[in-house]
Amino acid sequence: MKITFPHMGNLWISAKVLLEGLGLEVVVPPPCTKKTLSLGVLHAPEFICLPLKINLGNYMEAAEKGADTIIIAGGRGPCRFGYYCRLEKEILDDLGYEFRMIVLEPPENNFLEVIQNIRALSKCSMFQMINAVRTAWFKCCAVDEVEKKVQIVRAWESCPGLADKIYREALKNIDKAQTIKEIFFAKLNVLEAFNDVPVEPEREVIRLALVGEIYTILEPFANQNIERHLGKLGAEVKRSIYLSSWVNDHLLGSILPMESTKEACRMSSPYLNYFVGGHGKETVGSAVKFSREGFDGIIQIAPLTCGPEIVAESILSKVSFSEKIPVMTIYMDEQSGEAGLITRLEAFVDMIRRKKLSQKTATRK
Amino acid sequence: MSVKVGIPRALFYYYLFPFWKAFFEYLGAEVVVSPPTNKQILNIGVKTSVDEACLPVKVYYGHVISLRDRVDLLFLPRLVSIEKKAYICPKFMGLPDMIRSTLSGLPPIIDVNFNAVKGHRAYKKTVLKLGSNFCSSLRKINRAWVEAVRHQKEFEELQTYGFSPIEALRVLQEGRKEKKKKKIFDFSHEIAVLGHGYTIYDDFLSLNTIKHLNDLGAKISTAENLPINLLEEKAEKLPKRMFWTMGKRILGAALHYLESSQIDGFVYVTVFGCGPDSVIADLTERYARRRGMPFILITLDEHSGEAGVITRLEAFVDMLARRGKHENYFSSYGKSVDICQSTS
Ligand code: SF4
Ligand code: SF4
Repeated sequence: MKITFPHMGNLWISAKVLLEGLGLEVVVPPPCTKKTLSLGVLHAPEFICLPLKINLGNYMEAAEKGADTIIIAGGRGPCRFGYYCRLEKEILDDLGYEFRMIVLEPPENNFLEVIQNIRALSKCSMFQMINAVRTAWFKCCAVDEVEKKVQIVRAWESCPGLADKIYREALKNIDKAQTIKEIFFAKLNVLEAFNDVPVEPEREVIRLALVGEIYTILEPFANQNIERHLGKLGAEVKRSIYLSSWVNDHLLGSILPMESTKEACRMSSPYLNYFVGGHGKETVGSAVKFSREGFDGIIQIAPLTCGPEIVAESILSKVSFSEKIPVMTIYMDEQSGEAGLITRLEAFVDMIRRKKLSQKTATRK
Repeated sequence: MSVKVGIPRALFYYYLFPFWKAFFEYLGAEVVVSPPTNKQILNIGVKTSVDEACLPVKVYYGHVISLRDRVDLLFLPRLVSIEKKAYICPKFMGLPDMIRSTLSGLPPIIDVNFNAVKGHRAYKKTVLKLGSNFCSSLRKINRAWVEAVRHQKEFEELQTYGFSPIEALRVLQEGRKEKKKKKIFDFSHEIAVLGHGYTIYDDFLSLNTIKHLNDLGAKISTAENLPINLLEEKAEKLPKRMFWTMGKRILGAALHYLESSQIDGFVYVTVFGCGPDSVIADLTERYARRRGMPFILITLDEHSGEAGVITRLEAFVDMLARRGKHENYFSSYGKSVDICQSTS
C-alpha cells in the first residue's frame, strides 16, 4: 500500500512524517502546478469548487508515482466538502483508477480516534504511534512559526526575495529533521536567519489580515501566492487560519493554550448569528476581531461559488461599514491570473495607505 | 386589523408555503405573498445581492424588497434543516443575516431558526414558540400546528398525484375536494426534470423549461411527484449518506427512474454557482451515463435567454425520438445492476 493525500499548503510536511511514523509508505503528490490544476479541471464537474479540482490533479499525479490509497477527511455537511471523498472516488473510478479511499469521517472528531483509525492500517506499536504524532505536531508548529515570521519580514526586507529564499530552505530543513531536537534547531536557525535579513525601517508598512476559506488561505498555489505579493507591496500579513491552531481547535478539542478561531467565531455576532458550513462564520468573526485589533484592512479569499464564503461576503460589507475597516473579497478559480490579482492588491494597498495618511494629517491638525 | 405577514414567493415557498399560510392564518394573521418572479424583481435582486450569489438567492432579495412596504412583518426564517441529519444549503443558513446586512428600511423580521438536524421535536418546539408571538393561547397554537400539518400533507399528497407544487397550491386554494389524479394528455416521452424546486417551478427563473417540454409533447415527472419515503428508500442506496435534503430527494428520484423503465430522459436544471448541485448534478449524470439514460444539464443565470434553452430542449427531445425509433439502447428494466455501487 502506498498512501497519498491532497495538498493543502505545508500540510504535507506534517502528514508525511505522521503517516511514515506509523509505518506506512507515503507518496507526497508533486507540488501543485498548472498541470495539476488542468488535470483536475478536465475531469471534475465544471462548477465544483477549486479545491476539489486541485485535489483530483494531486491524486492523478501521485498515481504516476505509485500511490494506490488516498486518505482524506469526510464530513456531514452542510458544505460540499463532506461529499468530496465520494465524488472524487466516483470520478477516479470512472477514469479507471483503482484507488482505495480511506475517509476519516466525523464523529471521529477527536484526534485519538483518527489516529487509531490510521493505526489500524499499519499495526504499529503504541510507542511508535505516540512518537509519530509528537513529531508531526512539532513540525506543524515549527512550520507555522516560520510562516508567521516570513509574513512579517517580507514587508520590511530591502532586497525582495531573500525572505522567501530562507523560508523555502527552512521548510526543506524542517521536512528533513528526524527528531524533535532537530526540528527545534532547524526552526531556531531560520528565525536567526530572518533576523539578519536587511530591512528598510522607514517603509510605510501596513498590516493586513487574510480571512476566508481554509484551502485557499493555506495553499499558495490556490491563492496565487497572495501573501508573497502583499509582502512585496509592503504589507505584513496575518491569516485567520494556521494549520496548528486548526488542528488544536478541531482535533484536539482546544486543549492547548494557543490562538483559537473559537473566539473569532463568537465575535461574528451580531453580524452572522449562525454556523453556515465551511469557514463562513470564522471569516466574519475574524474580520471583526482583526479590525478591533487594529489591522488596516481585510482581504477575504475563497474559491468561486463557495457557499459559506458567499454568505460571509454578503455580510462583510456591513462589518466593513460598522467596524470602519476596508474589506476586499477575491474569488479564485482556474481562470484567475496572477497579474490581475496584483493589480487589485496594489489598488487596495494604495487606498489603505492614502486613508492612513489622511488620518495622520487630520490628527496633526 | 390583523397583522400582515409577508412571505417571499421564492426558495422555501415552493416546499413549505401551505404550512406557513395555514399556521399564520389560523392565528389570525393575514399572509401576503410577493408576486410571481418578474423582470423587475430579478433586476432588483441582482442589484442588491452580491454578484456571486446564486440566482434563487438573488431573486429572494427581489421578493423581499417587493414586500417591504406592504407588510407589518417579514417572515424570513433561517431554515437550517427540515429533517434529521440533513441540511438544505449553507446559503439558507445565512439568509436572514445576509438580508439584514444588505437591505435597509425593512419591517421587523421574523427570523427564527428552524433546525431539525437533531430531530423533529426541536423543530416543532420552534414553530410553537413562533406562534406565541401571535397568540397567547397555547391550545390555539397547538391547533394551528395541527392545521398547518394537515395542509402541508394535503399539498404533498397532491403532488404525488402528478401535480406540480404550483398546481397543487391552486387546487388547495380553490378548495377542490375531490383528489383526482392529474389528467394527462397524450405524450410521446416521459422526461424527468430534476433540480431544486424553487428553480424548476419558478417559470421565470427556469425560462419555462417545464412548459416548453410539455409543448414538445413530453410528460414531466419530478422528484416532488414521488412519495418521500420512496425517495428516502432509494437514497439509502448511495454509498455515502447525502446530507442535503433536496439532494437526497433528487438522487433518490434519479435512482428510482433508472431502475424503472418509465422515464426516457433526464433534464437537470441548475443555476450557475449552486454548490449542492455541482455535486448532485454530477452524480446524477454519472449514474445516468452508466445506465445509458439520456441526460442534459441546463445551467441558468440572470443572462440566460429563453431561445437558447428551447433550442437545447428541442434537440434533446429529437434525440429521444430517434432513440425511441431505433430502440438501440438497453432498457434495464427488471435487472438489478448496482448503479452507484462502485468498488470501494
Ligand atoms: S468551504 Fe467552500 S470551497 Fe470548501 S468545500 Fe465548502 S463550498 Fe467548497
Ligand atoms: S441549493 Fe443551490 S440554488 Fe439553492 S440556495 Fe443553495 S446554492 Fe442556491
